Amino acid sequence: MTTETILPPETARESIGRRFGAVGGNMRQYGIFGALIAIVILFQVLTQGKLLQSNNVAALFQQNAYVMILAIGMVMVIVAGHIDLSVGSVVAFVGGIVALAMRDLHLDWPVAILVGLAVGVLVGMWQGFWVAYVGIPAFIVTLAGMLLFRGLAIVLVGETVAGLPQGFIRIANGYLPNFLGFADRADVVTLAIGGIAIVAMLLSQLRARASLRKHELQTEAIGLFVAKLVIIAASIAALALVLSLSAGGTPIVLIIIGVLVVAYSFVMGRTVFGRHIYAIGGNRLAAGLSGVNTKRVDFWIFVHMGILASIAAIITTSRAGAGVAAAGNMYELDAIAACFIGGAAVTGGIGRISGAIVGALIMGVLNMGLSIMTVDSAWQQAIKGLVLLAAVAFDLVNKRRAGGR
Amino acid sequence: MEHGHILEMRDITKRFPGVVALDDVTLSVRRGEVHAICGENGAGKSTLMKVLSGVYPHGTYEGEILFEDETASFRHIRDSEERGIVIIHQELALSPFLSIAENIFLGNEQASRGVVNWHKTNSEAAKLLARVGLSEAPDTKVADIGVGKQQLVEIAKALSKRVKLLILDEPTAALNDEDSEHLLDLIRSLQGQGITSIIISHKLGEIEAIADTTTVIRDGRTIETLDMREGKVSQEHIIRAMVGRPLENRFPPHTPQIGEEVLRIEDWTVHHPIDQERKVVDGVSLNVRRGEIVGLAGLMGAGRTELAMSVFGRSYGTRISGKVFKDGKRVELKTVGHAIRHGIAYATEDRKRYGLNLIESIRRNISGAALHKLARGGVVDHNAETKVAEEYRKELGIKTPDVEALVGKLSGGNQQKVVLSKWIYADPDVLILDEPTRGIDVGAKYEIYQTINRIADSGKGVIVISSELPELIGLCDRIYAISEGRLTGEVARENASQEHLMHYMTDTISKDGATR
Ligand SMILES: Nc1ncnc2c1ncn2[C@@H]1O[C@H](COP(=O)(O)OP(=O)(O)OP(=O)(O)O)[C@@H](O)[C@H]1O
Ligand SMILES: [Mg+2]
Repeated sequence: MTTETILPPETARESIGRRFGAVGGNMRQYGIFGALIAIVILFQVLTQGKLLQSNNVAALFQQNAYVMILAIGMVMVIVAGHIDLSVGSVVAFVGGIVALAMRDLHLDWPVAILVGLAVGVLVGMWQGFWVAYVGIPAFIVTLAGMLLFRGLAIVLVGETVAGLPQGFIRIANGYLPNFLGFADRADVVTLAIGGIAIVAMLLSQLRARASLRKHELQTEAIGLFVAKLVIIAASIAALALVLSLSAGGTPIVLIIIGVLVVAYSFVMGRTVFGRHIYAIGGNRLAAGLSGVNTKRVDFWIFVHMGILASIAAIITTSRAGAGVAAAGNMYELDAIAACFIGGAAVTGGIGRISGAIVGALIMGVLNMGLSIMTVDSAWQQAIKGLVLLAAVAFDLVNKRRAGGR
Repeated sequence: MEHGHILEMRDITKRFPGVVALDDVTLSVRRGEVHAICGENGAGKSTLMKVLSGVYPHGTYEGEILFEDETASFRHIRDSEERGIVIIHQELALSPFLSIAENIFLGNEQASRGVVNWHKTNSEAAKLLARVGLSEAPDTKVADIGVGKQQLVEIAKALSKRVKLLILDEPTAALNDEDSEHLLDLIRSLQGQGITSIIISHKLGEIEAIADTTTVIRDGRTIETLDMREGKVSQEHIIRAMVGRPLENRFPPHTPQIGEEVLRIEDWTVHHPIDQERKVVDGVSLNVRRGEIVGLAGLMGAGRTELAMSVFGRSYGTRISGKVFKDGKRVELKTVGHAIRHGIAYATEDRKRYGLNLIESIRRNISGAALHKLARGGVVDHNAETKVAEEYRKELGIKTPDVEALVGKLSGGNQQKVVLSKWIYADPDVLILDEPTRGIDVGAKYEIYQTINRIADSGKGVIVISSELPELIGLCDRIYAISEGRLTGEVARENASQEHLMHYMTDTISKDGATR
């Protein structure tokens, strides 16, 4: 007979557990990041170094900005257990309106952009209303939206609305102005932005760690922490250096993407609204019984998706230099694929913006690499399909292993 | 009884990332006996049974299993079922929209060349149902029968597989006394037919009544194997082995300090959400005062949960009428949000469905109902949140390496503690606890009772719904009895006895036939 207490401290076992837990939790996150790096290296070799040429890197962001922006919203939608099939059509619809506002209504391009964002909000409210307050599954509502907005886009635009102002076209095709000159051949503005990003990243990470310390909470092992910081800082530095050598420096869209990623990561990770999205996706009934206003959360998710779709529309239209009725075709599938490659769960409740962005980059690098290698576009599509399947299968196997099965 | 062991599990060790769930466990079960396994929440009972039945395949654990003197290395549940080992899990695994007969033969369809023979299915099912004493028609949908009967369907399903060793993981946790009694009788009669059973339970009275042998597990280790037949093994003995120290009382002593009325419900009537003519709650009036613990007694299906959920922001039912007064003022609680803002909280009995987000961490679940307390300007303070979660982990003794662990990986009892933590942290004026100790071990129960007392002493009203009468009598200052949606009695603690309450709970005289 023993006389131990009810809760033996078992400190040794616990601390081992914690260390395992910490590494295990981050592994998956590192996993897709590793996959991205592997794919970059692979294509760097296959294209004989052309992939990472400065101008190609800048183009990578300009060509894939729309996926990343749509994927940010799509993660929110998917985490909440919904799906949005309409974003491609919304891109065409809002893009058409923005183009018409400039060409026919002669609005200044900044005003036209505001009009576009407002229309995005309305589209989001429209779909959010049907999903949240009428209770029609998002699959149906957005399938209807896909047809509806594509139809409206064609009605409004016909085929194309061209002749847009230069200022507008610069958004997706232009670069930050080089007002600091060149150091050697490198654009100093780009280097400065890279430097600021690194410092901001370091400060926020150090502050988070200090705060954990202050509250006497578990922190990552110092070695791992430093390694993480070094890798991130080096990646940012490398990116800044490569871009600074490109023809234009920093693409304007990169700044837009950066701001959106930081803002929405904060929303998803730190705010009550973000928490409620995860809570609803994990168990809608339990969230409702915990006082989460599930309808309101659903509604606002679609409003956010609408805004992000309209930003994607503006960029797409700017890049094409015209409003195009057929624009945005299949964009919804690109965004959805990016989310799932990035580790979002089909059943909801799981998914991160950083993951979706990495997912979008994986697809973008594939696109670019295969294009440089002049692989036929039909084959490109087939390969992307297989990559999606492989990424999700890999994740599943990983999870099963982590689950101890 | 035949001699020899039907099952020997030797030196079983099972690790999960970060947790050693089983640490050199040994279990020997004699042929034909009823073998009970006892232990605290998270001790490893369910895990041991999952190892045995092949849920965790051979190779993912260390140690050796001998079944009927042969080494068993099951890679899948199918393998163990082939050998006659059937497990009925803590959470029932029936498909609600299939019929009883379809469920019984699920995965084992009565078919020839892929075509199901429905006559055979139903007639075989009827035979099995007779064996477990269930009179329902085999084509009844599982969703339409109560939990007690679903449990019997699970056993019928096990019998259809020619079971030799039947494993029941907390089979009576969700059953009332009558259904539990029936189930125990059934296990005894199966024993008469030569079927060996392993039963996991936190209800020691039950174990005393039915077990021939009891193995106690603590912290993933075998502590003791007790022969229950020769001489009397007291419940105290089992408890001591389980928690590692003697437990003097089942209920902490408590002197209530009762104040003003905090909640009053008047003439509360609720109709069934689908069958809208049926009254599920019928004209119930009751009140709770600050510092008071009020019990709601009733049989399964009496309408206690429905009453509580309909008051809690109309989470259940349609055509709800009646008045709610909070601190003497009339309030309308139209949504869960309203109810929470008015200081009313309801901790569900069905934690997996209504209580928890299983794919989230303990931390995020605990803060789930009161996130606003941790947020400024809509931004959540992570570190404060972690501290809160840590506090509750310690206070309620949630067994986990840390609060970042996913709730879905906790043992059943520890999940229950997370649900409680969540609502205690929400700091309501009135806390409605629906079966707060379901699936919780004796030691932890005592701690939960202490917690409930402390909540009451801080000037809050507590309503406890429980199917365990001794719990209501030991814990509550006043107990209401409900029968078929109506209030049939009110008893002060001094006068409460099981007979007394049972009398009210089965009282149907006062009702007028129309409510059913
Ligand atoms: N899939 C899993 N992953 C990680 N840990 C797990 C997993 N399953 C169980 N555990 C852990 O193993 C331990 C034993 O759990 P188990 O479910 O066997 O407890 P139990 O004795 O059945 O408790 P209860 O009485 O509460 O049901 C617990 O600490 C639990 O958190
Ligand atoms: Mg268990």
